[in-house]
Amino acid sequence: MSIFDYFRNNKKNSAAIAKERLQIIVAHERSQRNKPDYLPKMQQELLEVIRRYVEVDQDQVEVQLDQNGNCSVLELNITLPEAR
Amino acid sequence: MAKIIVVTSGKGGVGKTTTSAAISSGLALRGHKTAVIDFDIGLRNLDIVMDCERRVVYDFVNVINGEANLRQALIKDKRCENLYILPASQTRDKDALSQEGVERVLKELDEEGFEFIICDSPAGIEHGAFMALYFADMAIVVANPEVSSVRDSDRILGILQSKSRRAENGGQVEERLLLTRYNPARVAKGEMLGVEDVEEILATKLLGVIPESESVLKASNQGVPVIHDADSNAGQAYGDAVSRLLGEEVDHRFLSVEQKGLLQRLFRRSA
Ligand SMILES: Nc1ncnc2c1ncn2[C@@H]1O[C@H](COP(=O)(O)OP(=O)(O)OP(=O)(O)O)[C@@H](O)[C@H]1O
Ligand SMILES: [Mg+2]
Repeated sequence: MSIFDYFRNNKKNSAAIAKERLQIIVAHERSQRNKPDYLPKMQQELLEVIRRYVEVDQDQVEVQLDQNGNCSVLELNITLPEAR
Repeated sequence: MAKIIVVTSGKGGVGKTTTSAAISSGLALRGHKTAVIDFDIGLRNLDIVMDCERRVVYDFVNVINGEANLRQALIKDKRCENLYILPASQTRDKDALSQEGVERVLKELDEEGFEFIICDSPAGIEHGAFMALYFADMAIVVANPEVSSVRDSDRILGILQSKSRRAENGGQVEERLLLTRYNPARVAKGEMLGVEDVEEILATKLLGVIPESESVLKASNQGVPVIHDADSNAGQAYGDAVSRLLGEEVDHRFLSVEQKGLLQRLFRRSA
């Protein structure tokens, strides 16, 4: 690869980078769309229930709602603290 | 029934007003009775792009508030027989457009026998943009080949799919992508997103690609929508887009760098 190719490739990359970044952000934003309004509140209440039993932080709980054809999957991910 | 077409984008300054002026003029030139409405309340600009700024007496909000009737407010275009412009008001009250009011004006235009109603949306996703798209049958989503514009276009598509009247009634707004300010030379060099890239990301049917062109500024300087400039590539590309809107199959043009032969270049230089 000559030095000219290197510069040419670098240029070529900026549109490709833009496309890749857009695909990721657009996919993410679409997945956030049309989420039911109750989701944040539900997340809060779930967290409270969990906290009655284990000590976890707000950011240790992840609630994800995925559309899978005609059924929705509610995924709850809790990272428990290491056992002491 | 009149077909209501919103020209929208989310992001500002991408070419909505330029497009509204060109497409509405193009439809009228083909013999279709067309109205174009400026929804950019407080920042009226369609009037100056279409050279009727000194003829504005009443505006959209006056009609909604019953201070003028529709016929008094509509401005007949100087160049096209079948084209009428409804200017935005310069009020700073952004909520001056009520949903009922907008619906009433659209219904009246339909009763007046208009075939197409083009709604020039303001930027953003606030009330004005929402009012412009709510009643639409079709949306022309204007985007530039640039990350923030494409991302905002996707947000607008999401709003069309959930918040429009058609969506609320379980239907769909017909969505079309219009890519403007396209620079094939930069695309070829990998410096700009290509039309296929944007189509793929947005998964929306392409209405047209308008090249970046000096003729657009010249047109707005003079208040003559660029579609009247038949020599310019932007004018021709808008003409093609109008043909596609009317159901004709037209190949996309101006997507690649013009290949000028050596002889041609020599001739041009000596000419
Ligand atoms: N194809 C093009 N080639 C070159 N310049 C263009 C092109 N399309 C639009 N422009 C220029 O871009 C600027 C913004 O265009 P326009 O006013 O149509 O955008 P807009 O989306 O209506 O903006 P706003 O969001 O403020 O309403 C203008 O100066 C216009 O001349
Ligand atoms: Mg505008």
